[in-house]
Amino acid sequence: MTASSPIIIKGLNHWFGQGEARKQAIFDVNLKIAPGSLTVLMGPSGSGKTTVLTLMACLRNVQEGSVTLLGQELLGAEENQMVALRRRAGVIFQAHNLHESLTAEQNVRMGLEVHGKGDVAQQSLAAKHILTQLGLGTRINYLPSSLSGGQKQRVAVARALAPNPEIIFADEPTAALDKESGMTVVKMLKDLGRLRGTTTIMVTHDNRILELADRIITLEEGAVVKDENI
Amino acid sequence: MSALLTRILGRMPIGWLQLVHNKGRLAAALAGVAFANILVFVQLGMLGAITATTVQPYSLLKADIMISSADSNTLEDGGNVARQYMLRALSVPGITAAAPIYIGKLSWQVDERRSSTLMAMALPVDAGDFISSKLRAQFLHLALPDTAIIDRGTRGGSPEIFDKITLDHPVVYELNNRQIQFVDTMLVGAGFTSDGNILMADQSFLHLFANRSSSAPSHLLLQVEEGASVARSIELLQQILPTDILRIRSLADAQADDSSYQTTERPIGIIFGLGTLVGILVGLVIVYQVLSTDVADHLKEYATFKAMGYGQPFFLGVVFEEALILAIMGFIPGILASLGLYQILEAKAGVPVDMTAARAIVVLLGTLAACTLSGAIATRRLARADPADLF
Repeated sequence: MTASSPIIIKGLNHWFGQGEARKQAIFDVNLKIAPGSLTVLMGPSGSGKTTVLTLMACLRNVQEGSVTLLGQELLGAEENQMVALRRRAGVIFQAHNLHESLTAEQNVRMGLEVHGKGDVAQQSLAAKHILTQLGLGTRINYLPSSLSGGQKQRVAVARALAPNPEIIFADEPTAALDKESGMTVVKMLKDLGRLRGTTTIMVTHDNRILELADRIITLEEGAVVKDENI
Repeated sequence: MSALLTRILGRMPIGWLQLVHNKGRLAAALAGVAFANILVFVQLGMLGAITATTVQPYSLLKADIMISSADSNTLEDGGNVARQYMLRALSVPGITAAAPIYIGKLSWQVDERRSSTLMAMALPVDAGDFISSKLRAQFLHLALPDTAIIDRGTRGGSPEIFDKITLDHPVVYELNNRQIQFVDTMLVGAGFTSDGNILMADQSFLHLFANRSSSAPSHLLLQVEEGASVARSIELLQQILPTDILRIRSLADAQADDSSYQTTERPIGIIFGLGTLVGILVGLVIVYQVLSTDVADHLKEYATFKAMGYGQPFFLGVVFEEALILAIMGFIPGILASLGLYQILEAKAGVPVDMTAARAIVVLLGTLAACTLSGAIATRRLARADPADLF
């Protein structure tokens, strides 16, 4: 693996709680992720896969060890550095986390506005384009309250993908989707890797999408127990 | 509105969209801001009325300097001044004329049901130069004993009563058990300490107020030579008169001191002043409550935006956007309702309660400042929006 790995993790340890309640959740994790790959993190509940994902996505401060995201060390990173790095990544949450006051198009535009790419009209066009690609062309001006669970999740996916991030972190992105929609989303992520070199790290329990993964990493009790390249 | 705000802000107006999404909360917030505005406007209106009514009687006088008793804070309170000081004041270079002014309160039984408290002002009939030019000619008619000019703005009076009063047909009323002829009318206006005013000659006044003496007027009025320095004349007066028992000020300063005393030291002024503060506090609390609840309700969305790479300035911008929208949108019904209340107050209380452009601007700026402060306090909750909590 070359130095251009978007993520390099060395000796990563992480704890939750303080004092006597302090408990180690991640134990000496070491990983290098290939650019443009689709990597799946698997493991039982509480195995630490989501914690590793949030540490990689600089949504949580690294306590010990080293995490290099897109060439920048996250241990001891300043808040403004983390904010800048988050803009280069896309995050898809298990819960859609759409803004209830914004329409589907406006929610997607929020993913574009943070990058300051294009004017309102261009952002609006791009948002409509990706929503149409995800089968939501007729739901562009709907508020989340008027969308089904699957439709909301697809809007959240569109929001993460619209700005063409360099790396995507996804936490159970297909959990709320039917098989067809789930496969559409994962194929789209896979295509992004192939066409644009976008790297995807995905936490999932969904065995249906394993066949599309380039690499499957299994964690148990905070440690990597299996690492397979497909 | 969204398009306009997008143009102004250069980004999607998240604050506006959040506010209009929950219309019930928006209506309550606007009602709250409007209510706070009404409170502040009414209090300021009454404070303004105190000031306006305080200076009204001064407008009858034409003098440069007023000498009062040291304990005199207003036109009508404090001890009397020995008339002898008038002669000593006239010895000061630059002082060209002096006159005593007598002030007292009496009750006017308007009719069988109504009575009004009048402030009586009296000067010697030969001191017409100390009366404002618009009343000087009428003042000369007060040379006849037991005559007076009554204020048409007296609370409790009516146009029917005042229209009957003419020089040819004076109307006689009993004041302090004495028959007094109202020979003419003037327009001064009711105040907070009296319902109206009457102007008379000093001799008529002394007949009405048997316990008052011509040697002890309420104040002394002085005029200085044209072009001479009033301040210099006051300095010279202070050198020859006992300043431990006398206050020697320009008439303008006396008027300003009176206003200040009425609004900052008299209970009524303090009450309205505190009322203004309460209005501001109510506004602060309401807007803070609305904004902090709004922030708390959207913590998850804000955490999501943080995860997407939005920084703290963006979130502060959203909260301040909401604060300013609430301030401006709440101000409009607030000022409209206040204009209506001013009319009601003026009609019922008989005091001038006017909406000035300066007051409207000050309250708008105050509302913006209060809403911004509330927003600043509410933003503390933003720190709780942690993207790691989303997983």
